[in-house]
Amino acid sequence: MSKSKLAVSLFILSEANFFALLIIAYLYFHAYPGEGPTAATSLNAYRTGIFSIFLFASSATMMLASRSYRAKSSAAFGWLIATLVLGGIFLFGQVREYMELYASGVTANRSLFATTFFTLTGFHGLHVAVGLLAIAAITILTGVGTLGTSAREADAFGSVEIYWHFVDGVWVVIFTIVYLWAFL
Amino acid sequence: MSDIAASDRIAELEANPERIGFLSWVASVDHKQIGIMYMLSALFFFGLGGLEALIIRAQLAMPGNHIVTPDTFNQLFSMHGTTMIFLVVMPVLAGLTAYVIPLMVGARDVAFPRLNAFSFWVQLFGGVLLYFSFVAGGAPNAGWFSYAPLSEPAYSFNNGVTYWILGLAGVGVGSLAGAINMAVTILKLRVPGMTIRRLPLFCWMTLVNSFLMIFALPVINAALVLLLADRLLNAHIFTPAFGGSAILWQHYFWGFGHPEVYIMILPAFAIISEVIPVFAGKPIYGYEFVAGSTVAIAFMSFAVWAHHMFAVGLGHLFDLFFGISTMAIAVPTGIKIFNWTATLYQGRLRFTTAMKFAVAFIVMFTIGGLSGVSFAVVPLDWQLTDTYYLVAHLHYVLFGGAIFAIFAGIYYWFPKMSGRMLDERVGNWHFWITFIGFNLTFLVQHLLGMMGMPRRVFTYPDWPWWMTLNMISTIGAFVLLISVIVFLWNIVSSLNHGEIAGDNPWDAWTLEWATSSPPPVENFDLVPPVHGRRPLWDLKHPERADELVAAAAGK
Ligand SMILES: [Cu+2]
Repeated sequence: MSKSKLAVSLFILSEANFFALLIIAYLYFHAYPGEGPTAATSLNAYRTGIFSIFLFASSATMMLASRSYRAKSSAAFGWLIATLVLGGIFLFGQVREYMELYASGVTANRSLFATTFFTLTGFHGLHVAVGLLAIAAITILTGVGTLGTSAREADAFGSVEIYWHFVDGVWVVIFTIVYLWAFL
Repeated sequence: MSDIAASDRIAELEANPERIGFLSWVASVDHKQIGIMYMLSALFFFGLGGLEALIIRAQLAMPGNHIVTPDTFNQLFSMHGTTMIFLVVMPVLAGLTAYVIPLMVGARDVAFPRLNAFSFWVQLFGGVLLYFSFVAGGAPNAGWFSYAPLSEPAYSFNNGVTYWILGLAGVGVGSLAGAINMAVTILKLRVPGMTIRRLPLFCWMTLVNSFLMIFALPVINAALVLLLADRLLNAHIFTPAFGGSAILWQHYFWGFGHPEVYIMILPAFAIISEVIPVFAGKPIYGYEFVAGSTVAIAFMSFAVWAHHMFAVGLGHLFDLFFGISTMAIAVPTGIKIFNWTATLYQGRLRFTTAMKFAVAFIVMFTIGGLSGVSFAVVPLDWQLTDTYYLVAHLHYVLFGGAIFAIFAGIYYWFPKMSGRMLDERVGNWHFWITFIGFNLTFLVQHLLGMMGMPRRVFTYPDWPWWMTLNMISTIGAFVLLISVIVFLWNIVSSLNHGEIAGDNPWDAWTLEWATSSPPPVENFDLVPPVHGRRPLWDLKHPERADELVAAAAGK
């Protein structure tokens, strides 16, 4: 494993633990909810599910982008753009969800569910945003043709890819626990 | 390189101000400069944390003192603990590792030099933010572990704890980036021939420690963001009055906090594992056991956190598990103490200042370790928790342990970093004054704790012996002040007039001693071949090289 991929993997180990702790807090107060809004009363799992599909699809397009990049194909640029759009749609969905929750009076201080929900999904959204920035950087470099295929540049590409799959993977867990579980 | 060439190097550095000017430091991505900046920032905060300690001790010198108000006293002990842990011990160890690791593995720099600079600056920024609280309405006052609900807005009337959260987040991000950097450097940038089984123990422990940080720091970061939500967004995660859980904070904090103890002590073990063999003139006894027990400690350190919470009343089964796991973690630590002692046995000992601090470390740390094990006995813990016995215990581990080892490391590597030796005569004074001051301050606190004096009280009644013992402790603290002045004097005068060190003043055997002192920007002209654990020994004694000796022994 190259040094940048190793570094990103170690970083991901740490981040995974960070999310695990936020999930534990969520689950703890899911078991002892107290008063105020809960997941079942305030979330729309169907709509978030649809937006989630865009995020999962972006993992696939990222993989295709990486494959084309390694094959030195110009299709890489297109797949990267697709990844950006899909990730952007997911983020748009999250912003919309937050705005609706806010409008219906579900804010971070309303209940223990609300606090843990916003910290957990908020930090995930932040990670999506950071991932999109990183993808935007390699997209621009690919678009203007300055991203070569040297080992170092390939590592940069590969590191962003690892990170993006991680962000998606975390969402699989969060979506299952926060949205699906609430309605089962 | 000969000594004359080394003094040429110093002359050359002094003739090239752009390599020692202010901007060359601020803008530097060189691991050696960053390492030194880490250590200087730690020294600065050591001054502040020490000053806080002295005010605390002055206030406690006599019963009924009124040097500071109770609220100021709360701020002082909170800041003293936070400073010493997060802004002194962690950064100075980060600095030592940043300086030494690339040299020890024969690399030109760390894996990510710019990330290294980021680590330093962001942790410094965290420290500055923490101290900014003093002028922004008051410092944090809920202790270094900020127990909820005391740390909640309802009970702390200034913004101190908010600054505490943000400052620690800065230190946490910097330390995490540093840990990743060191792990990748050790795993990826080793010179050919340096297999993982030939890795110097300093690198081994730094590697394990990096993993410990990678897993432990996110635990406190998660706790910090939740507490921040409580404080800034009026949430109630940790306030029981609104359905939250104060005990959850304790679980999170100590889930990080106990590994943190090892984050501070593993690098100390790492230093000791280099210093003792060199000054005993023989390889470490049981290399595999020292390395392996470190891995065991790292794993087990995540399964003992609730020994900080016996007084909570978590239930007998819970207490039993954590009592046993805490006793168990003493085993790999004991293995190390055995190995160091066995290395000393029949060695050709050279009692340099570094060695004195290293040997004193073994003794002091063993005392701290034993009082630590006594806390694993739950009924004893109920009696002694949050008394001065605990204060004594943690200072034997962190001062008699970590700080003594850090001094050993500084005396050991200072010649490499500066090109000049620290004065051994002044060093001898420094060692003895520190040793006496330390034991004066903290030994009596065991007794105070057993007599029932609680920690964190700003004054106490005039009960038999309490004033005498507290006075002894305070006198010891001021003796420690003298020791720090002697140390600073040694640094300053040796930087100017110290004996020229040469490449390898200690006759040591790891790679950092193969280059000039201080090393050139690129570290090495030529890295010596590595065929064993002691490359420079092999080079100097080709007929008694470790490999040949091992082969002759039929291994
Ligand atoms: Cu502990």
